[in-house]
Amino acid sequence: MTAQLTSGTAACPGCIASPAEPARPIPQDVQIALSLPGIHCSACIATVERELNAHPGVEDARVNLTLKRAMIKAAPDLRAADLIPVLENAGFEAHELDPGALSATQAGKAGRDLLMRLAVAGFASMNVMLLSVSVWSGASDATRDMFHWISAAIALPAIAFSAQPFFANAWSALRVKRLNMDVPIVLAIVLALVTSLWETALSGEHAYFDAALTLTFFLLAGRYLDYRTRAAARSAAEELTALEVPRAIKLVDGAEEEVAVATLAVGDLILVRPGGRMPVDGEIVSGQSELDRSLLTGETLPVFAEAGLTISAGEVNLTGPLTIRATAVGEDTSLHRMADLVAIAESGRSRYTSLADKAAKLYAPGVHILSALSFLGWYIYSGDIRTALNIAAAVLIITCPCALGLAVPAVTTAASGRLFRKGMLIKHATALERLAEVDTVVFDKTGTLTSGTPELTNLGDHSRADLEIALALAEASSHPLSVALTKAAREAGIKPASLKGITEAPGYGTEGTWRGQQVRLGRAVWTGAEEGNQTAAWLSVGGQAPATFLFTDSLRPGAAEAVQALRDAGKDVVLISGDTQGAVQALAAKLGIDNWVAQALPQEKAARVQELSEQDRHVLMVGDGLNDTAALAAAHVSISPASALDAARVASDIVLLGNDLAPIADACDTAVKATKRIRENFRIATVYNIIAVPLAVVGLATPLIAALAMSTSSITVSLNALRLR
Amino acid sequence: MEVLAYLIPISLLLGGVGLVAFIYTVRSNQYDDPEGDARRILSDEWDDKPKP
Repeated sequence: MTAQLTSGTAACPGCIASPAEPARPIPQDVQIALSLPGIHCSACIATVERELNAHPGVEDARVNLTLKRAMIKAAPDLRAADLIPVLENAGFEAHELDPGALSATQAGKAGRDLLMRLAVAGFASMNVMLLSVSVWSGASDATRDMFHWISAAIALPAIAFSAQPFFANAWSALRVKRLNMDVPIVLAIVLALVTSLWETALSGEHAYFDAALTLTFFLLAGRYLDYRTRAAARSAAEELTALEVPRAIKLVDGAEEEVAVATLAVGDLILVRPGGRMPVDGEIVSGQSELDRSLLTGETLPVFAEAGLTISAGEVNLTGPLTIRATAVGEDTSLHRMADLVAIAESGRSRYTSLADKAAKLYAPGVHILSALSFLGWYIYSGDIRTALNIAAAVLIITCPCALGLAVPAVTTAASGRLFRKGMLIKHATALERLAEVDTVVFDKTGTLTSGTPELTNLGDHSRADLEIALALAEASSHPLSVALTKAAREAGIKPASLKGITEAPGYGTEGTWRGQQVRLGRAVWTGAEEGNQTAAWLSVGGQAPATFLFTDSLRPGAAEAVQALRDAGKDVVLISGDTQGAVQALAAKLGIDNWVAQALPQEKAARVQELSEQDRHVLMVGDGLNDTAALAAAHVSISPASALDAARVASDIVLLGNDLAPIADACDTAVKATKRIRENFRIATVYNIIAVPLAVVGLATPLIAALAMSTSSITVSLNALRLR
Repeated sequence: MEVLAYLIPISLLLGGVGLVAFIYTVRSNQYDDPEGDARRILSDEWDDKPKP
């Protein structure tokens, strides 16, 4: 349902009809798409639209609550980065989406197509049902024949149009000599039409035109629900994939040039500004800075970077501009090589067969055999091919998997809808069923349980004077530790000291003069302190011993609740991180996790998960970094936050849209309930079949009984699924 | 029974009108944001005049 998003606000017919604005010369307006995981009511819609429309440059903003997304038509120079703070100030989390990827998804067309077929099938089945009711309530002779002929005139073209998806699927299965759920469906529809036409031509009593149409209608409803659930997840996943910045600054003869990452070649000089992510593997040619490697390795401590250091794609440059020379681009970068690990791990998971597939495997051959046997039996018994064919058709119609076709999609739609409202996106069709089996949860640390932003822990240990100097120095830098220090000091009501000549030495820290003394805030070596094993910054004032500011990674909101809820639900919680022993141990103690592993390499993480799987455990892996990717793919089911790297999100089954981790425990609960409902639905469908099939086989089934059995079972199954909402 | 000659075409016509109306609503993207539209009706904005 995203194809029309490019047309933006021209959503209602009135807008289309209203005279277009005077043709504006190029440059054209840009489309900005924002994901808003936090919106949920009419007040949210009104606030977001008001805030956005009040922003200069925004021409029109419209919120789509169903997709939790805002589409903005804006002046060409406006960037999503300008709008995100506006919304954050209003209290809404916002992420940029790539409108190009949005329009590229062909999802909308297929959905509309299905909806049309559903509408035609619904229209035709209601009209035919009207005529059939008259036949059942006593129309006879010429009137009955006329009703049957009119029914045929409606049913044949309607089915030719509506049931095309089933014909196509059944044909593609039969061509490779396999059976799927669509083969008995098509057989039932075609056989019902053929025998009904035959009966009508001979002025017979029973015609199944209504059954053929209601069957098509219910099955299309199931298909449409299924499609809707998947399309919403797929399009959102695609947009998230498009989030990664695909541009880089290339230096050509000293001049900066913005180019697409895909066009970079080995040997190119690339400028990476502070805050930018390395687009390629390479070597630093000039500049000094610090690198954040947490997404690749899980280390929280920034690494000092200077000319000559080898860097990998995906690392984030923190303080100073760096010029790098590309040594590997595109598919050859370490970022992509990691994807190979994923491919290997993923092949193991594809062995999972969904409940629906299991049911279909039992079901399709069973139905064919039963129907063929009743045809043979009746042919031998009565010697009348017409009676035998009629009964075989009745058996096929009654056993047709209306309820089965609805049983799974209705439940998954209800469950995914419920989880989507809580900010989770189900990417994979069988993810819910697999999530329901989970008994062990493996968490990554950096970026998953922690938010990846540092937090000052020992503010109280310092004198006010030190804090005032440190604050003044920290405010001059955008290094994450400085930002954390500034935040903590400001919250404690500290005022910055007045310093002179503050300069930032990229890669080392900031320095200035305070009352004639040189003061420095930064790395251990630079301030004359001893390096510890915790994340820290040091402040040196003149010749005094440096003061240490210690930082820890702050917990992600909901992390403690999620871990607690999972433990309460009787699941084992394991923490596996690439970070140092001390940091991991501290976090494990804080959250009450007994089972933890530190300094794990990516392969070790995956191996650990595999090992757990071999012990017959069903592992849920929650992780965000590149180092988690292989583990995410190796696990039975996996979740990653929206802030995770591309590769991690692609490898995971479920994406958390918001910042909060708490929905994870809830998702497990919903998944268990959903699977229970699916099984219940199968049972309900089976009970109906057990009652109706014997009637059909002994030849007692009339079109009325078929219609009743079909409708009641489909409706019961849908209602049962709705209990999940 | 002659009444059927009127009633059946009429019922088909009425059903057809419904079908055409539905196809029109699908074509004009009216099912893109069912949840949002359900909430928007409660908003006071543009109560006095339609949104330009």
